[in-house]
Amino acid sequence: MKSLKLSTSRLVSKKSLTEKMVSQRAGAERLETGSNEVVVALAGNPNTGKSTVFNQLTGLRQHTGNWPGKTVTNAWGSYTYQGKPYVLVDLPGTYSLLANSVEEEVARHFLCFARPAVTVVVLDATCLERNLNLALQILEITPKVVVCVNLMDEAARKKIRLDLLKLAAILGVPVVGTNARKGEGLVELKEAIRQVAGQASSLCENDASGKGAPLVRYDEAIEECLDELVPLVRAHLGDRVNARWAALRLLEEDESFLEALAVFNNKNKDSNKDKGHDIDGGTDEVAGENSELWDSLQRNKSRLAAQGMGANQLKDLIATTLIRKAESIAQQVLVFVPENYQQFDRRIDNIVTSKRWGIPLMLLFLGGIFWLTIVGANYPSQLLAAGLFWLEKKLAALFLAVGAPAWLQGMLVEGMYRTVAWVVAVMLPPMAIFFPLFTLLEDLGYLPRVAFNLDNFFKKACAHGKQALTMCMGFGCNAAGVIACRIIDSPRERLIATITNNFVPCNGRFPTLIALTTIFLVAGQGPIGAVWAAVWILTAIVLSVFITLGVSKLLSQTILRGLPSSFTLELPPYRKPQLGRIIVRSVLDRTLFVLARAVRVAAPAGVVIWLLANAQWGEMSILAYCAQFLDPLGHLLGMDGYILMAFFLGIPANEIVIPILIMGYSGAGSLMEPDSISALRALLAQNGWTMLTAVCTMLFMLNHFPCGTTLWTIRQETQSMKWVLVSFLLPTVCGILLCFVIAQSVRLLGLLGL
Amino acid sequence: MRSNSCHSFISLDRLPIGRMGRVKALTAKEQSRRRMLDLGLINDTVVEALRQSPSGDPVAYQIRGAVIALRSEEAAQILVELV
Repeated sequence: MKSLKLSTSRLVSKKSLTEKMVSQRAGAERLETGSNEVVVALAGNPNTGKSTVFNQLTGLRQHTGNWPGKTVTNAWGSYTYQGKPYVLVDLPGTYSLLANSVEEEVARHFLCFARPAVTVVVLDATCLERNLNLALQILEITPKVVVCVNLMDEAARKKIRLDLLKLAAILGVPVVGTNARKGEGLVELKEAIRQVAGQASSLCENDASGKGAPLVRYDEAIEECLDELVPLVRAHLGDRVNARWAALRLLEEDESFLEALAVFNNKNKDSNKDKGHDIDGGTDEVAGENSELWDSLQRNKSRLAAQGMGANQLKDLIATTLIRKAESIAQQVLVFVPENYQQFDRRIDNIVTSKRWGIPLMLLFLGGIFWLTIVGANYPSQLLAAGLFWLEKKLAALFLAVGAPAWLQGMLVEGMYRTVAWVVAVMLPPMAIFFPLFTLLEDLGYLPRVAFNLDNFFKKACAHGKQALTMCMGFGCNAAGVIACRIIDSPRERLIATITNNFVPCNGRFPTLIALTTIFLVAGQGPIGAVWAAVWILTAIVLSVFITLGVSKLLSQTILRGLPSSFTLELPPYRKPQLGRIIVRSVLDRTLFVLARAVRVAAPAGVVIWLLANAQWGEMSILAYCAQFLDPLGHLLGMDGYILMAFFLGIPANEIVIPILIMGYSGAGSLMEPDSISALRALLAQNGWTMLTAVCTMLFMLNHFPCGTTLWTIRQETQSMKWVLVSFLLPTVCGILLCFVIAQSVRLLGLLGL
Repeated sequence: MRSNSCHSFISLDRLPIGRMGRVKALTAKEQSRRRMLDLGLINDTVVEALRQSPSGDPVAYQIRGAVIALRSEEAAQILVELV
């Protein structure tokens, strides 16, 4: 608790990918201004516990997930060690730096151009060989590296033994073994960072090629070219970029690097702009002013090509050499690996991803979570409501005692306070139950299995299996789900996932779905009623998934036509979840985060809504007037004008749709106290609600425009108003069509005597 | 153990579940080729087909200590020799 308080003030900022260049430049300037902060980059494969290391070092409670590519934002945090301030930059988790994806590009550009003082590479002790590939690539860029071998406890549990001293000797940099989740080894890590940061930087400038043999040696023919090119590249680029690494990228015609270098050069000096923008544009930028380098580059490229090593073969050869080197290092470092160390994971996977049990188990897990949420939330919700409305009476009495005017008391107590109290009472208990349970599945490593089980459905919808993960995230919060879409490599599939994320109901919509289910669709009370409620909610979820798939297919065949991108999905080892940490993290990070945002939105919205409900226009309030105007449309869709108004006014947050509705129905701005579900039942019935109204409202709840926060997030992610508009219209049109068809056919059948 | 001549390559998507194959060539191009190489699918790497998704595709493979799921289209671009 104490560390969280501290960390809030320590948090520098959280940058989105779209702001990546800005943040990188900020990093670069921070370095160049010579301020006394030491910039440390944190790199590593996904699923190595990199984010845990980050949290433990900075005290920042940033969420960590056990699925590939979760951390895609650049998170910044800081800590102090021996009186010296350090800024820690959490790079996206990547397997490589050969720039296959946005994440790899972000990580690579930061290492290359922002040039952190130290780079910490986090490796998974249970999967060393695979992780070493990235470490080797980073060591090619900078020698100022600390290798952090994390998850030593998992390795010990699997009886894997490693020789870290040998690893340090081979790599030539400090190696620290850690169990970040238990906080073990972190002091040693900080000390190693301090030492590497203190090393003279001149030492590393002439490293790689200067002081003896480089760690990774390529084919003799390539090395000969490098011998000639590296001094020329160094002469041209100076100490801005590691010369050997840059020469390799020039030889293999790495476009991403050339572009970045061109941008970087242009920013640093007003470079010549009259150069052509052909593929060699970047090369021109590099070598344009230096014909010696240019000539040498061309000569060496053709020499390699003559030996059957064109740019493509060269890329293959470089990647292969790195993998072989990682393999040979792993063989030397791994003292003992039991034959069957993955037995445990395989046994679990044999069940949870089996043909027979895979999908039923998944439905059971998710259904179980929702059932526990529904049953568990009832009592605390009532208790909370009672407490908050007891406080409201006291507040009203206070206003009266001070002699405040009636409108002020109405606006602040009945408008603002009541709306906030409603949101808190309704949202807090379900979230406090739902998020820890969901986080538990996440921590176990179960969620990637969901993507594995369901991928074929997504493939048929021309979407990416990872969309199953972004949808899971969307069940918590659609804005978070939209951000999570960055884990999908291909732009087309990412857009599909972004636009359709809103089709799964977020945590703000569940309370309404649950309340309406309990009131109109479930007859019995108690545990049996709760089971039925869970079944209905599950039906709603399955429906939302099918709609998502259908809309994804539609999108990919119309405005986003194209073939599915390449698909790779890692199924990481199962991890023992840390229950205490899950509860603290999910309550503090997710529950309170979402709740705080909802309260921020609900408070002013409460005032506005109170004004609408109380300001009279002729005989009626403005709210009633608008509702009357919308009533015919509402009726067509199986709802009424007040319900539609509630959806419109609820655009700041879906949580407040029901409170607005209650305010509207009860009239004159006096909001009904949500003390019981039966009072809500009576009020809705009074206003002519039937089962059809409830079903249509639930359907419209599932399919309507995203909340303000989500729309804003989509704008940030896609950088385009067009996609925001599509994301707004698509679900709204779907909802209108669905409600219209259902309402009209039920009425028609009703006429037929059903 | 079936005897296979060293010339009988099959694509990875046709490797039976539970069997192992040795990577002999990649027919993928560009980004997807890069990604496969980064996964460690270089010449002579031994890959084991672990299990098929309940929905039919993808298939999970054991590749250099990690479990990676590949779709059939992707796996079809990897040629292996039965081990």
